[in-house]
Amino acid sequence: MSAKTTALLRGARDTVPMLIGALPFGLIFGTLAVASGLSLPATLLMSALVFAGSAQFIAVSLIASGTGLVVLLLTTLIVNLRHMLYSASLMPHVRHLPQRWKIPLAFWLTDESFAVVHRHYLDPHPPKELKHWYYLGSCLAMYSNWFLCTLLGALLGNALPGLADWGLDFAMVATFTGIVVPLLRTRPMLLAAVVAGLVAVLAYDLPWKLGLMIAALAGVSAGVLAERWLAAQPAKEAINESV
Amino acid sequence: MSQFEIVLLLGMASITFAIRYTLFAVGDRVRFSPLVQQALGYVPVAVLTAIIVPAMLMPGGEGLELTPSNAYLVGGVVAVLIAAFSRNLLLTIFGSMLVFFLWRWWLFG
Repeated sequence: MSAKTTALLRGARDTVPMLIGALPFGLIFGTLAVASGLSLPATLLMSALVFAGSAQFIAVSLIASGTGLVVLLLTTLIVNLRHMLYSASLMPHVRHLPQRWKIPLAFWLTDESFAVVHRHYLDPHPPKELKHWYYLGSCLAMYSNWFLCTLLGALLGNALPGLADWGLDFAMVATFTGIVVPLLRTRPMLLAAVVAGLVAVLAYDLPWKLGLMIAALAGVSAGVLAERWLAAQPAKEAINESV
Repeated sequence: MSQFEIVLLLGMASITFAIRYTLFAVGDRVRFSPLVQQALGYVPVAVLTAIIVPAMLMPGGEGLELTPSNAYLVGGVVAVLIAAFSRNLLLTIFGSMLVFFLWRWWLFG
């Protein structure tokens, strides 16, 4: 087996935990999409062309409540904006690659692959020139898993109309919690999460999922302000840390 | 497929791809201001938390359900605890989903 194939397979292997989290999530997406009135081809094409679980999920729940196109697209923008951060973090590692690599690697960038691939780029041991093969392996594993789960969910949803009530959507809560909690290592980060969560609940009833947008902005602002405030008082901070 | 579906798919696909690809495409030619860089660091935590907290506290979408009969809340709290102590994603997913489904099965039979 060539070194490239080995790197590709290692990327796929290290992504297995993420596949398990995405599996019920993909199933329920397929089920809910069909239940919300999206046609089967549109459901499958959404997973194939958009490939963004949480945005697809939210879009489907918005479609079910009769939301218009403009709000759907704005929500997609807001919910997926975090991927820009991921691409900013990975940019130094992929900037040497030709566009024929950058285009698919960008298209396949998800929360899950980012978590796996970013860790790999920080690891000094594997040979640098093979790391994009590892990245590709992680992406292909996520993509094929996501598509197959969507297909299975859509077919099951047609066969078992009650499946949408099983609570498979809890998989999204479980996966995102597992991603977020380990990130809460500083007090500004913790504050950002608390504020975002609180505002998301308070603003939940606003139309067009505006609550999500406002909550995200509030969380980000709280984190930035807290970080700046702490940086402005280094002495006090040191005392607090030592207590 | 309806016209609505076609426009929706093309719109969602191009917005998502543009977000993911823009920085890869322009490479070195872009520099973020320190404020933007700092703010970007909080985006994943803020967005993901804003998605999961209402999903845990108000799964029906109609007001807070702060009771033990809310399996999303029970499973969510378990997920937070496992993630905080183990920092292991797979364990968090499996452990909390197990609790979630057992809880629902116990509640609804």
